[in-house]
This record gives sequence, structure tokens and C-alpha cells, in this order.
Amino acid sequence: MTTELQTSPTLIQAGTWAPLAGPSRRTRTLGLLRRFVRTSPIGAVAAVALVLIFLVGALANVVAPYDPLAANFAATRREPSALFLLGTDYLGRDVLSRIIHGARVTLLVATTSVLLGDSLGFIWGIMSGYLGGRFDMLSQRLLDVMLSFPGLILAILLMAALGPRMETVIVAIAVSRVPLSTRVIRSIVLSVKELAYVEAARCTGATSLGVMVRHVAPQCVAPMLVILSANLGTAIFAESALAFLGIGIPEPTPTWGRMLGGVLSEAFRPPWWLIVFPGLAITLTIMTANLFGDALRDVLDPRLKR
Amino acid sequence: MHLYVLRRLVIAVPTMIGVTLLIFVAMRVLPGDPLSSIEGESIGSVQLTAEQIASARASLGLDRPYYVQYLTWMYDVLRGNFGTSFWRGEPLIDLILRRAPITIQIALMAIVFSWIVGLPIGMLSAARRNSRLDYFARIFVTLFQALPSFFLGMLAVLVGILYFSWRPSLTIVYLWNDPVRNLQMTIGPSLALGLGLGAFIARIARSSTLEVLNEDYVRTARSKGLDDKGILYRHVLKNALLPVVTVSGLALGGLLGGSVAVERAFGVPGLGLALVMAVTERDWMLIQNLVLFYGVVFVLVNLAVDVSYALIDPRIRYG
Repeated sequence: MTTELQTSPTLIQAGTWAPLAGPSRRTRTLGLLRRFVRTSPIGAVAAVALVLIFLVGALANVVAPYDPLAANFAATRREPSALFLLGTDYLGRDVLSRIIHGARVTLLVATTSVLLGDSLGFIWGIMSGYLGGRFDMLSQRLLDVMLSFPGLILAILLMAALGPRMETVIVAIAVSRVPLSTRVIRSIVLSVKELAYVEAARCTGATSLGVMVRHVAPQCVAPMLVILSANLGTAIFAESALAFLGIGIPEPTPTWGRMLGGVLSEAFRPPWWLIVFPGLAITLTIMTANLFGDALRDVLDPRLKR
Repeated sequence: MHLYVLRRLVIAVPTMIGVTLLIFVAMRVLPGDPLSSIEGESIGSVQLTAEQIASARASLGLDRPYYVQYLTWMYDVLRGNFGTSFWRGEPLIDLILRRAPITIQIALMAIVFSWIVGLPIGMLSAARRNSRLDYFARIFVTLFQALPSFFLGMLAVLVGILYFSWRPSLTIVYLWNDPVRNLQMTIGPSLALGLGLGAFIARIARSSTLEVLNEDYVRTARSKGLDDKGILYRHVLKNALLPVVTVSGLALGGLLGGSVAVERAFGVPGLGLALVMAVTERDWMLIQNLVLFYGVVFVLVNLAVDVSYALIDPRIRYG
């Protein structure tokens, strides 16, 4: 990649004399980071915001003012006030605390399922593209089948089959992410495997596995990162939608989608803060994930820049 | 052209068989068939005994080998027999035919709406790149791509209830029976879905227009003295439309999935609401056939998109 060429002058300035070895990992990462901030300031802000949301989720126990599960029948359906910043729900549970704990659940589910699904897509795409032949043909037909379901419908089918638990939500979302990432990685592998250095590796007697791991996979890492970050927003949407439909992670675990969907089954006059705040939490998180993903794509793949 | 359509149709057949197999494996072979999930629980105050479960299992054909179950299901579906609802005893074909028009209407209206909003915004913001209009268009895209359609729906319902004393209609009214009441029911959901899709379309239209504007023939058109408007209509629109068509087909998947959640937000009694009901009630025959219906529709739509793509762009037909 051109990244290494661009960072090498800094190496020379630093006085390191290493003509054959590439730049150290640290300088390379720093260079990438600097380029990221320069290319896309909005993306950098989004990255910081995303880290903050992750931190809030991880430290939910410390940050949340109340217990998200504790009912308080003396204070049900309270409007937002100094005591309950975002109000309380029909059981008197603090909405802010539930949103903070919901961040933990949503991000945990979304990140795990994206990592799981896209790793599978990564490996499968490389194998399908590099090995070709009958394996590739069968894989492509299977992917056709998986792509014949709208993503959320496939996830709903899997939820119906596996039953509602946190692990099954992760699996359901992960599986519905696999086909597209496999396709993208495969198409990259198809062009990479024709390159001269891959052929050279084959000629020197490297095994298929060796070529795939050593020479093909590294070329797919950058696109993989772009897919991962683009899928994060989709996974957050899928988790919230499943929870909203009441077939995601079961009660009492607080999730944004279920907070929103819960309003439908209880009130005649829905309290606005029970709709607006969980919904905003979903929207803002998806937005930061999307902005970060776009910026990452612009940095890693300048050809795609709008 | 005919050959192309035929080839696409032939490829769709094994895909459809795969779809039925995947549904079947998910619903029957994975641990926990429909009755075993009910077994442990008491339904109301009644607890099913082992014999009752065994007889229910036999009456549903769940005691037979998997391949017999699968072939029976396929045989029934091909004859148009979708079985009956486990809890209500209603023939499922009636339920699907009653609800499908509403869901399909909402999806189509959302597509039309997204094009009406997305295309002009995308093309104009590309034509006036980095202007104030472009700037607002990009904010619109960023916002509505992140806004979940069901949240938008909930907000609309909230505003409708609080300020306009509007109530969601709970019974099905078809367009051809009572257009006004039908639109009252469908316009909200299709707007909620269409705005998000419109943002997506605007984004695709913007980038494809930018690409086309850099082409040589656009420069030629400009040098022969055509004004910007003429260039946009005569030369850019048609070529920039190609990616938008492809993407619309793909987006319909998101639309069908998203409509499930939006139908719940608005309480529209369409297919999506039936699917959610089926999953919560574990009405497995209904789940199986509804998911199959969604799969068939999606495959057919993608087929139609491929064909229309070939109609617009001759390179596909002969390539």
C-alpha cells in the first residue's frame, strides 16, 4: 500500500537507517492517524464520540445515577426533572440509567456480531476467491440463498428458530452480515490473486494455505476494516429493531429498542420522553458509527472518495 | 433479450429451492421444534400432557422423517395450500392474501417517495457541488440514514396522537375500497420508510452524477453550447440513473425488513405485524410460510431489477 511509502521519509528524519525493513509499526500507526485527522475532521470527531459511547457503556455501573432495573412506584411516568434527568417509565425506572445500560448491551451485541460475522466472511471470501472451482461455485450458490432474504427477515427467522437470548441475537445478526462481506472480500481476492507477487510465491512452492495467509489476506485487511465499520451501524439498527419488535434480548435487560417498543403496549397517551430519548440514543449512535465508517473508507480507499 | 431473461429465470430456480431448504432447516432441524418449546410451559392454566403433545405432534406430521416433512411442505405450497394457523385455525393463504396488499402498497409508495425526494436532492447537490444546497443535502443524508424508520414512525404517531387526536386504524382498508382511509393508514409508514431510503438514494445519485459529470461527452455537450439544465436532463440523468436502479432493488430488502418494524410502530395490520405475532406466539407454520413469501418476493424483485437494468443498459444484455 502507499501508506508505507508516505511514512518512510519520517523514518529517515528520525535517523533510523533501515533501507530494507519497513517503517516500525508505531510510526506507521501514527502516520495513519495523522492522515485520518487531516483527511476527515468530522470522522475524527465521530471516532472520539464513538469511543466515548463505548466508555459510557463499559462504565455503565459507575456512570448511571440509578439502578436501571429498580422499580420505584412512588415516581412512575415522571417528566424529565433535576432528579430524573430524562424522566422515568411506567415502573418508575430511571430512563437515563436505562439508556446508559442499554448502550452497553447494544454495543456489546453489535460489536460481537459484526466481528463474528465479518471474520467468517473474511475467511470464507478469501477461500472462495482463491481456491475457486467447485468450492467457490457451491459457496456462491449458498450466498445467493442467504441474500434472498432481506437482512432483518433472516435475523427474525433465526430468532424464531433459536429462541430469544443475548447469544442468539448475536448469532442472528452475525449470520445476516456474512453474505455481503464474503462477496466483497471474494471480489478483492479475485483481482489480488492474479498479481505477479502472488504468482511468484506460488512458483517458489508455497502452499495454498501459505499464500492465502501470507500474501492474499493482508491485501484484504483494509477493505475488511471498512466493511467492519460500515456494518457496525447496520448491526446497531438490527439489534434495536429486533428489540423493538419484542423478539430480541428478553426482559429485564434494558435495551434501547425495547424501551421504545414498550411504549406501544402500555400507554394511551404515550409520554414523549419515553419515545424521544431512547430513539435519539439509537439515532446518534448509528450516526457516529456511519460517519466514522465513511471517514475510514475515505482514508483507506481514496479511490472510493465521493 | 429473451435469452437473458430466460437465463436469469433458470438461475432463480435453484436459489428458490435453497431458500425453502434454509427455512426448513432453521425451523425444524435446529434444536427445539415448535412443540418442544411449548412443552415446558403452561398455556393459561392448562399444562399439556405427554400424550397430548405426542398426538399433536402426529397430527402436525412432526413425527415423520425430515425429508417426508419437507416434501409434504413443498407439495402443499406448490398447490397453494399454506396450512392453517396453529392457534387460530385460519387458513394461512387467506391471512397472507388479506394482509399482503397493504405491505406491498406501503413498500411501493416508499420507493416512489424515496425517488421523488432522493433523485432531485442527489443530482442537484452534485450539480452545485460545495454550494449551500449541497451542504444541506449532505446533512439531510447523514441524518436520515441514521434515523431508524421505526423511531421516525413512533415520533409521527406521538405527534399525531398528542396534537391531532389521530388514531391508528386497526382494520384493513384497501385502496380500491376507501382511498382516503387507506391513505390515512399507509402514508405514515411509507413516509417513515421512504425518507431513510430517500437519503440513501440521494447519496447514490450524488456520487453517480458526479462521476458522469466528469465524462468526456458532458464536456463535449458543454462546449457545443448546451446549458447546464439541458446537460443534466439530456445527458446526465439517464446515465446517472443506472446505479440508482440497482441500489433500489437491493434497498427493497431493507425496506421489506424495515417495514416489519414500521408496521408495528404504526399498528398497521400488514404482513410484518403478522410475522412478529407469529414469532411471539411460535406459530411455526405461519413463520415458515411468511418468511418464504418474503423470500419469493425479494427474489422476484431482484430479477425484475436485473431485467430492467438490462433494458436501460444494452452493455449488460450482450456482455
